[in-house]
Amino acid sequence: METIHTDVAIIGAGGAGLRAAIELAQSAPDLRIALISKVYPMRSHTCAAEGGAAGVVKPDDSFEQHFHDTVGGGDWLSDQDAVEYFIHEAPRELTQLEHWGCPWNREADGSVAVRPFGGMKIQRTWFAADKSGFHILHTLFQTSLQFPNIQRYDEFFATDLLVDDGRCQGLTAIEMRSGQMRCFRAGAVIIAGGGGGRMFPFNTNGAIKTGDGMAMAYRAGAPLKDMEFVQYHPTGLPNTGTLLTEACRGEGGVLLNKDGYRFLQDYGMGPETPLGKPVLKTMELGPRDRVSQSIWHEFKKGRGVQTPWGDCVWLDMRHLGEKKINERLPFVRDISISYLGVDPVTDMVPIRPVVHYMMGGIHTDIHAATPLPGLFAAGECACVSINGANRLGSNSLVEILVFGRKAGMSAREYVRGVHPGNEAALSAQADAAQAKIRALFLRNPGKESIAGLRKEMTDTMEEGAGIYRTQEGLAKTCDKLAELRRRYADVALHDKTNVYNTDLLSALELGSMLDCAEAVAVSGRERKESRGAHQRLDFTARDDTRYLKHSMATYNGLAAPRIDYRDVVITTSPPGVRDYSGAKK
Amino acid sequence: MSENRTGARQVELEVLRYNPETDQEPKFQRYSVPCKNEWCILDALNYLKDHLDPTLAFRWSCHMQVCGSCGMMINGEPKLACKAMVRDYSGVIRVEPLAHFPVERDLVSVADDFMAKLKRVKPYLIPGEKRTLADGEYKQTPAQLERYRKYAMCINCMLCYAACPEYGLTPKFIGPAAISLAHRYNQDSRDGGRDERQEEIATSEGVWECTFVGACSDVCPKHVDPASALQQVKVASTVDWYLEHFMSWVKK
Amino acid sequence: MGEKMSRRPYVREVSRTAWFFKRPRYMRYMAREVTCIFIGIYTMILLVGLARLSQGQAEYEGFLAALRQPASIVFHLLALAFALYNSFTWFNVAPKALPIQVGDQHWPDSVVAGGHYVVWVALSLFILFWAGVF
Repeated sequence: METIHTDVAIIGAGGAGLRAAIELAQSAPDLRIALISKVYPMRSHTCAAEGGAAGVVKPDDSFEQHFHDTVGGGDWLSDQDAVEYFIHEAPRELTQLEHWGCPWNREADGSVAVRPFGGMKIQRTWFAADKSGFHILHTLFQTSLQFPNIQRYDEFFATDLLVDDGRCQGLTAIEMRSGQMRCFRAGAVIIAGGGGGRMFPFNTNGAIKTGDGMAMAYRAGAPLKDMEFVQYHPTGLPNTGTLLTEACRGEGGVLLNKDGYRFLQDYGMGPETPLGKPVLKTMELGPRDRVSQSIWHEFKKGRGVQTPWGDCVWLDMRHLGEKKINERLPFVRDISISYLGVDPVTDMVPIRPVVHYMMGGIHTDIHAATPLPGLFAAGECACVSINGANRLGSNSLVEILVFGRKAGMSAREYVRGVHPGNEAALSAQADAAQAKIRALFLRNPGKESIAGLRKEMTDTMEEGAGIYRTQEGLAKTCDKLAELRRRYADVALHDKTNVYNTDLLSALELGSMLDCAEAVAVSGRERKESRGAHQRLDFTARDDTRYLKHSMATYNGLAAPRIDYRDVVITTSPPGVRDYSGAKK
Repeated sequence: MSENRTGARQVELEVLRYNPETDQEPKFQRYSVPCKNEWCILDALNYLKDHLDPTLAFRWSCHMQVCGSCGMMINGEPKLACKAMVRDYSGVIRVEPLAHFPVERDLVSVADDFMAKLKRVKPYLIPGEKRTLADGEYKQTPAQLERYRKYAMCINCMLCYAACPEYGLTPKFIGPAAISLAHRYNQDSRDGGRDERQEEIATSEGVWECTFVGACSDVCPKHVDPASALQQVKVASTVDWYLEHFMSWVKK
Repeated sequence: MGEKMSRRPYVREVSRTAWFFKRPRYMRYMAREVTCIFIGIYTMILLVGLARLSQGQAEYEGFLAALRQPASIVFHLLALAFALYNSFTWFNVAPKALPIQVGDQHWPDSVVAGGHYVVWVALSLFILFWAGVF
């Protein structure tokens, strides 16, 4: 097997991976960096993020406020030392992006503009029209092109980590175009492979969001933290699940049930604010978990709008006017017209909550280091945790920058002190990884199909691990996933050739999703409380006595993961009440 | 929302297949796919892959016209498969990999040349004036942003390269998207790297290979209008030449 | 999964002589480009006319008579048609090479193209007037 020697291998070339690569390339020009991605970097799902990235820069804002918004938004499951670090680094990172050419929207005087966003008390979301993620990704990718020591391996599918002597020393990856396996020997590995929203049937995520990075770390012994916290974004198109940015509501869009009533005021987010004049942190600018849950309740009460695709509520942006929509939400208008035939300038858009983001992921400390020496993680695939039980919109695009850079810094320090590993042992592991793949080729297709298993997986996740959960539902899903993981062993390929074999990649992605899904369901079943995005109909209250802790899922082969708990770091903000009502204003 | 959207129809797809391990050359394969009227071609291909033929290879990700993965030829036109709607086509729909690139496998083309050209034009900010992070952001008015905003919208989908007959006939042409991206930085008020980029793009392999067919702008799904960028680079390059040779005292 | 290299990217040839038949937009482009042949021949005719003019009255009358032949009329009509097509298509894409930004908005393409048409008509009228047509 061809072996590639490098100093730091980065898996995933989205926002976090690119940021880590640039940090390493700039601060340590002598280090070799291998940037490995299963897609060309511009295809990474960072490109789909629309709304913006939050950072304290305006005079009426404060770090303290951003801290409180984030910690409260996360329902006190965020590690407060990490949040402190994060909010202080945020403005620096956003300014750095601007220096690299990011086309942030501007005020008339040329300074960066900010917009209101859900769950934030003060406007602090930097934005680039409604394609902030796209511009951030392209700025990072284009900036990375100037560094000769970043060696890119585009369309390489990482399969396994190489772990020996108690530390991570590299990985194996399939060169997709040739089908050949490659061994990467590295002093340190950074995983920035993104989340796994595709385990649900209805999501805003691209095809590539299958949790491969999370699964790799998980199987190598790094625990997955807080996996049960899956964010539903309130406003997705009902047929395709396509995201309509929170900025729709930030700019003044409102949510109406079938009676034309702004129902959010019934769920603790009132009083009703004047049309087109949203008040931060109330009504439509409440946090995503609360808004999605309110919509779910409206459906249950029979007040949803009947559409050919099921229950919806209306997102009304007509009062914003064509000029404002074209200037601030042009992409949203394009998407609505393209996929639904509805023009938000003249019509109300039917929307419903869709799976969007995973707060949980590979457990890392504040330095982006996992418990496995030599293995670091950043971005959606990681859980530091700054998002806690529910992420505020526009914190994630900054998170990838802050912790992408942190992972680069930590990896740089780590590799300085690393000594060569045991070539024989690592070689044997690489060969074992290859043999595992070969086994897929040798089996003949039986009754299990990749598409069939995938559908059963997504169906059970929707049923038992959706917005509202019960013990019975979660237990049933856990059992089903265990069964699917066993049946996965019988999956075989129809395509047994080498060149760009997407049948093989689909099979591997399914395996990743099944492992991660089980971590989600089992962690959810064990957490007997409601907090943030994890809401249970049988345990409706938050239980800080027993559950002010992170769930830690440890891989256990074909058996269900073992769940342990780890205290949340509380510094200055003891658990309080999440109050999104406008009453006190 | 019209009634029509959720209706269904059977669609005939004629898809180019090519597997270098089993085929001497590409050939078409016909599939009959039950589609919903609201589907895009990508939805039809995904159904095909899940239920009819798992061996079909194609790239896709976002399904919202922003990642640029799913560019392909649909009835001979370069399109994003997630933007081309089934309801806009009648009869047999022919699906092929993007023109002017070698075919790796089925609908997957080899993008190496494009990636190399992108890098070659130095598509990153080369700051005109130095500024530390502590100094805060460079000031840029909305008017200054407008000068390059359109050219920053490129999703690197390569449809323009598939449409450009010049690139098809003369593969060494740097091409629409790469040159537009260089122009994007040239137009950015914070940038000072125009001279460096002109070395690459104001050349015979760069803009002077372009004869303003304009097909690139026709097919661009994000209205980047690369043709305009190339013509503006030509104008700028011409002005540079005259200044340099006849009015060398004037700074460019 | 063998170790041998199995890649064999397939290059689809582009016909150097027939590529423009493939799409209507390529045909329209070639129609615009082919104009140059007509313009070139027309220029030759003008030069010949100048030459005849310098040779004397009879030669010039002979030149004018030749211009009135059917073949010449057909040629001139075609040349005019192509020249007009070239002008229209060129004016319509002129805004691409000539973006005019005022404040933070670009002038619409129709304004820039429209300006070209206005100047064209004005110049044409001026020349016709100067040539004594009115």
